[in-house]
Amino acid sequence: MDQQVDVVVVGGGSTGCGVVRDLARRGLDAVLVEKGNLTHGTTGRMHGLLHSGGRYAVSDQKSARECIEENMVLRDIAGHCVEETGGLFVKRPEDSEEYFQEKLEGCRACDIPVEVIDGEEARRREPYLAHDVEKAIALPDGAVDPFRLCVANAADAREHGARIETHAPVTDVLVEDGEIVGVEIEHETGPGKRVHGEPGTTEEIRARHVVNATGAWAGNVGAMAGVDVEVRPSKGVMTVMNTRQVDTVINRCRPKGDADIIVPHETACILGTTDEEVDDPEDYPEEEWEVDLMIETLSELVPALEDARTLRSFWGVRPLYEPPGTGTEDPTDITRDYFLLDHGDRDDLPGMTTIVGGKLTTYRMMAESISDHVCDALGHDASCDTAEAPLPGSESEARMEELMDEFGLRSPVARRSGQRLGSRADDVLDEYDPNPVVCECEGVTRAEVQDAIGEAGSDLNAVRLRTRASMGNCQGGFCSHRIAAELAQEYPEPVVRDAEDELYQERWKGQRHALWGRQLSQAMLNHLLHATTMNRDGDPASLDSEVDFGAFDAGSESGTAGANEGGDAGTAAADGGRAGDDAATDGGI
Amino acid sequence: MAIDSDVLVVGGGLAAITSAVAAAREGADVRLVSHKSSTLRQASGLVDALGYVPATEPAQPLREGPPTAGRELDRDDWPDPEGPLADPFEAIDRLPETHPYRVLGADALREGLALFDDLAGDAYRGGHTETNALLPTFGGSVKPTARYPAAAEAGIASDGRPALIVGFRSLTEYDARAFAGRLEAAGVPFDVAGAEVEFAEAFRADTKVTRLAKALDHDEEIDGVPAREALAKAVAPHLHDVVDEAGGVDRVGRVGFPAFLGDQEGDAVRAELSDRLGADVFEIPMGPPSLPGLRLEDRLYDALDAEGVRFETGFPVVGIEAETDGSIETVSVDRKGRETPYGADAFVLATGGLVGKGLDSDREGVREPAFGLHVEQPEDRYEWFVDDAFGDQPYARFGVRIGEDGRALDADGEAAYDNVFAAGGVVGGADVAREKSASGVSLATGIVAGRQAATEATQ
Repeated sequence: MDQQVDVVVVGGGSTGCGVVRDLARRGLDAVLVEKGNLTHGTTGRMHGLLHSGGRYAVSDQKSARECIEENMVLRDIAGHCVEETGGLFVKRPEDSEEYFQEKLEGCRACDIPVEVIDGEEARRREPYLAHDVEKAIALPDGAVDPFRLCVANAADAREHGARIETHAPVTDVLVEDGEIVGVEIEHETGPGKRVHGEPGTTEEIRARHVVNATGAWAGNVGAMAGVDVEVRPSKGVMTVMNTRQVDTVINRCRPKGDADIIVPHETACILGTTDEEVDDPEDYPEEEWEVDLMIETLSELVPALEDARTLRSFWGVRPLYEPPGTGTEDPTDITRDYFLLDHGDRDDLPGMTTIVGGKLTTYRMMAESISDHVCDALGHDASCDTAEAPLPGSESEARMEELMDEFGLRSPVARRSGQRLGSRADDVLDEYDPNPVVCECEGVTRAEVQDAIGEAGSDLNAVRLRTRASMGNCQGGFCSHRIAAELAQEYPEPVVRDAEDELYQERWKGQRHALWGRQLSQAMLNHLLHATTMNRDGDPASLDSEVDFGAFDAGSESGTAGANEGGDAGTAAADGGRAGDDAATDGGI
Repeated sequence: MAIDSDVLVVGGGLAAITSAVAAAREGADVRLVSHKSSTLRQASGLVDALGYVPATEPAQPLREGPPTAGRELDRDDWPDPEGPLADPFEAIDRLPETHPYRVLGADALREGLALFDDLAGDAYRGGHTETNALLPTFGGSVKPTARYPAAAEAGIASDGRPALIVGFRSLTEYDARAFAGRLEAAGVPFDVAGAEVEFAEAFRADTKVTRLAKALDHDEEIDGVPAREALAKAVAPHLHDVVDEAGGVDRVGRVGFPAFLGDQEGDAVRAELSDRLGADVFEIPMGPPSLPGLRLEDRLYDALDAEGVRFETGFPVVGIEAETDGSIETVSVDRKGRETPYGADAFVLATGGLVGKGLDSDREGVREPAFGLHVEQPEDRYEWFVDDAFGDQPYARFGVRIGEDGRALDADGEAAYDNVFAAGGVVGGADVAREKSASGVSLATGIVAGRQAATEATQ
């Protein structure tokens, strides 16, 4: 099934999703291929900050200006992906006053609206801030859900005729007569949705232009075409807390440093981060000291973090890039700007453009600029409308109060469903009756899970990214089997079992970095539920050897005959035990 | 003035109750004090002994150094466990040397189970044989267990009668079709079908199983029909859903429901459903809140009362108050903010493991908070886990080590105190989750700790 299209976009992160949407809306025939789930690489592994530009207001004012501009655009076009939390740059006594002033002036110079507040006012807004925080700059930072944002971009692209293929790694870049003419991809479980157990296939997609939007992996795709793209991947840790200690983005107001930001995100807070160059974006150490550093350093801003419950930690790699010969040593000094590398100009190999660097907040602007470039290359005349056209889900104000009545949802569930689905809520929630909650921590109902399964097949991690199901306190302990059970409507049992196992193990991966205190207790409870009670590890269905059922107890004769007897004793115990217990508690001694 | 007894049992779960009863039957004056209600509400109500000898060595060497961020899951490769075991006793020798069963011997488990049979009475089955039974639980897999509620008996997997698994569209714990498929994949010797039916729709979405149990207890009317009749009517169309290998249709001989068939009137509910359906009815053990677990808890506290043990819940032991010559004299009990000394000649620590908060931890280490007993652990918390969620997790074996007389040991393997015994989840060395041995370890350690504490106290 080979195909000729206008453009293949490689990489399903924010940039790739933004590019394919933009191209599709301009009337080009585009395909997006991603080797994992959407957001699988760097986009799904960020802290979810919607930059106001304040972070770059001193060091990189070009980026800062772009950030504030795009920040305002995203509030309009992607309202259901953004939480307008506001942000603070806080100053502790030991932080430089001179830098505080520089930051303030920098923000003003970049047209970032700012307000200086004293420590008391800062603590009035965020009561858990340390008592010795002296003052703060308030500005319009926000939180953005990168999963929802990418999915919405991909969905809009599809509505405009694009094809989206996930779990489809590029295995070769096709070069003919000194020109790039397409890519070869492997469909891990066949084209379309991922379904466990389906056989893999390969496909050649021939295209007039290839966009390499694989970020930290850009070098790998470049190498397949025979060109050098020297990305300098830099890892950073993010630690997820179980609750929102703050409702505002809290930044430390100092030049640069690790562990200087707290982003409230849905039900959690995310602490970040570190900045360490790594050789391979696929293989680098996830270290204990990084987690400890987050908690200890950020406790200086919010002391409650020291003893708070941590759910998990994850790491991401920044796709940093600088033109050859720049030679910056410290990765924190490498520019956060983006670069567009036309391999025709650069390597005398036309037909492909690579985009590297940049950040999620400015993804749309990056997509616009690369789409302009591609349209030029293809001689296609169409203008960009992505700054004005709302994403699916953000077309209208979500009708949250009405939703509650309409779909019989408990109020926090309705509110959260409404936030996640935005203007799609009506269509999605209307599908199921009854519509029970499947993930209690995050208030995700059957309808949302089914909607996500409809898009993502049996890949429950993709369902998780779309719905947040299994992302709360229990980390899948109370819900991974329930989410998997939702697959049974469409898929046979072995698919349900494999999908469940994959989700549970993925959840375990991040929890390893939070194994102390209450989350260690949770991990043990999960272990007891899934291994002791459900016997997931010893299930004869999954073991190699067969079980001799005849060797086991087949029931007591008295049991089969008298399964309905003995009621008196049972009833008495039920009464007596409770009563005795209460009496002892209340009146004891 | 201290509140005195011969033996003070600290904790409120299966191990605590077992040791309290065991000590009382040795003639000791026993008092039990526990912090919270037990974790039995989270347990399935199945009483397991030993179902597997899990692999303690991975197939490939474990990684060295910190975890690495691959896009793929970095799973350790673990061999299949030995099992499911039909005989829980003969495999004990193949467990690690530090396992409580190895330390205490197989007879401790036998006697613990015998005591349980005595306390549980008619409500439990399985005591007629030393052989394990295989029962389906709510994940759809069968689990080896030594004892099982009478309400679950008709679900036994070694029974050849065709079975129907009933699921409810408004309950999300399992899907009956996938459940039946999983049983088939396990190779069970009976034909099985799963049916998702409407029943609980009459209740609000997300109604708790305890609410449904109550509706069945009281036979509340649902749209004008009594609940038990309504439930039978919902299931009746599916009694011929089972198709055998030859393609023939079998009428089912038994029907499995999630474990909510009544709370206090469970036997009557099952009897009526059985009558109406013309098939045996069984309950499938579920996750929290688990009615079988709660029923067991009720039954055990009732037995405790009958044995003359005084008990108080809601009061944590917060530390040792006085000790002399290697013996603890009094411990400090937090009674609603007021610390009160409790004295005894012997103490049984049965406060539970990481879930029951008998073990506490922070980023620096794992502690036993009540008596400050030694907990063996790797120094670096990144060695507390392996990368496969179902591998041999070091954290799962955390706990206080005991000697053959049930005394809690210090770091050197000597008795930490002359008069402190430990039982249940707070005892380390077992991976009760993978072994399917949680209840058995509580019973074996409980009976030894209780008897030895009584001996110590009445010497």
